[in-house]
Amino acid sequence: MSPYLKIDHLSKTFTRGSQSTEVLSDITLSIEKGEFVSIIGHSGCGKSTLLNIVAGLVSSTTGGVLLENREVNEPGPDRAVVFQNHSLLPWLTVYDNVRLAVDKVSSSVKTRTERHDWTMHNLNLVQMSHAKDKRPAEISGGMKQRVGIARALAMEPKVLLLDEPFGALDALTRAHLQDSVMAIHERIGNTVMMITHDVDEAVLLSDRIVMMTNGPCATIGEVLEVPLPRPRVRLALAADPTYLKRRHRVLEFLYERHRFVEAAA
Amino acid sequence: MTSPILKSAATVHKPSATAAFAGGSVAVSSAVGGSVVKLKLPGRSFASRIMPVLNAVASRIVPPLVMILAILAVWQFLGSKPGATLPPPSKIWTEAYDLIVDPFFVAGPQDIGLGWRVLISLQRVAIGYGLACLIGIMLGTLIGQSVWAMRGLDPIFQMLRTISPLAWLPISLAAFRDSQPSAIFVIFITAVWPIIINTAVGIRNIPQDYRNVAAVLRLNHVEFFFKIMIPSAAPYIFTGLRIGIGLSWLAIVAAEMLTGGVGIGFFIWDAWNSSRLSDIVVALVYIGLIGFALDRIMALLATIVTRGTASN
Repeated sequence: MSPYLKIDHLSKTFTRGSQSTEVLSDITLSIEKGEFVSIIGHSGCGKSTLLNIVAGLVSSTTGGVLLENREVNEPGPDRAVVFQNHSLLPWLTVYDNVRLAVDKVSSSVKTRTERHDWTMHNLNLVQMSHAKDKRPAEISGGMKQRVGIARALAMEPKVLLLDEPFGALDALTRAHLQDSVMAIHERIGNTVMMITHDVDEAVLLSDRIVMMTNGPCATIGEVLEVPLPRPRVRLALAADPTYLKRRHRVLEFLYERHRFVEAAA
Repeated sequence: MTSPILKSAATVHKPSATAAFAGGSVAVSSAVGGSVVKLKLPGRSFASRIMPVLNAVASRIVPPLVMILAILAVWQFLGSKPGATLPPPSKIWTEAYDLIVDPFFVAGPQDIGLGWRVLISLQRVAIGYGLACLIGIMLGTLIGQSVWAMRGLDPIFQMLRTISPLAWLPISLAAFRDSQPSAIFVIFITAVWPIIINTAVGIRNIPQDYRNVAAVLRLNHVEFFFKIMIPSAAPYIFTGLRIGIGLSWLAIVAAEMLTGGVGIGFFIWDAWNSSRLSDIVVALVYIGLIGFALDRIMALLATIVTRGTASN
């Protein structure tokens, strides 16, 4: 059986004038349906570029991305993105931000009432229905990111792409949102690809962690399975030997074998 | 020891007439003890609620009123000196009494109140400015979206926008062979540049994030224009619209002076030719007030429309 999402011998070269830099080199990765995969690496290793290519926002130089055996080379709601800086439209209310996505994606298959219900359903899922009439400027960073997640989920994507979704949040809010994402993943079993630079986040959330080598010419250094049973509980895992071992493996990869060299970025 | 505290409590007490400070004065007085509690705390009476509003209104109204009175006084003094060439306010009041008190009288085809004249000028501005808004936003969007359109058109626009509105008048008179469309064209050509340029900047500054959102949602061009572009660029567009309305109002007076008709601009020219200086001064006040009102209306419109857009 062929994998659900396949990144096939993908590489990306940025060209500026006569200079060209190979950012990603020969990346091959398969993600199964319902799997939660994290991609971790130092900043500048091209992990965001990789996600943008999967999202279709950036085109690959060679190789490609297959979703259910079909090549994707343009953006679409089947690969919804949660952006790092939430990217909510500030002139729309929380409800309207999600509703815009719902209207655009499912206006042909859902009635007005169904679209309203689906919008509210997704706002409930991220516990944001209480603020549905607020504008993004009136809610906190964590709340904005929740709405961003609701908007992405409302598109009923085949793959949910998270681009350092919690990077701009404080530690407590981040933990809270990670729990929410875990609970949602538990409930609807969606396929998730998440970019992160947070080791704990990667180990806690993922089924597999893809570790990237430093750029330029970044590629997959190692793929680590995280065989922890779900549901996972943050506190219980803190002393779990499997958890600690995986965490150590990632740390070792990032800080011993592929130490971040500023000049390389 | 107690005196500085009393003093601070007293200073707090004074603004405590404004309800917002009432809580603060309670905290201070309870902290420092008995002697200060004697200071009477204002109850939440009608007076204490109306005072802040009155205060706010007064602080806005009183300073300009005082300044206007001062200017009038100086003007009166200078104008009443022997050998003064311009009339003092008192003379203007008596000479142009009918123009001041009744803006909407009709005594003959050319003898109408200034209110009517302003309305006629405003009508010309509305047509010319309306066209400028429409075409300015469209061209601005084109330049903002397309690098090639920008490279091709921007230098031309940058040059054209420096041309004085009145310099366009002979050309437009030659082209339209009629004063009415010529005046409207002059308004259009004056107002359109800031609208084009500001719109283009606004479109160019649409954050990549919003474009990405639009791409993921697969918004088509029309949806992108109305749902992302216009709201995102709205603060810039309104800056252009506001500059544009100001320039239109500047240009209409000059254009009407040359094209004739019944507008406020021609009225000034006519008054000058028949040496009615007082009438000119009254007309200037009208023009100033209307210009001020137009600017404020655009500003108000901008705050309503772009509510939330700028603050993120």
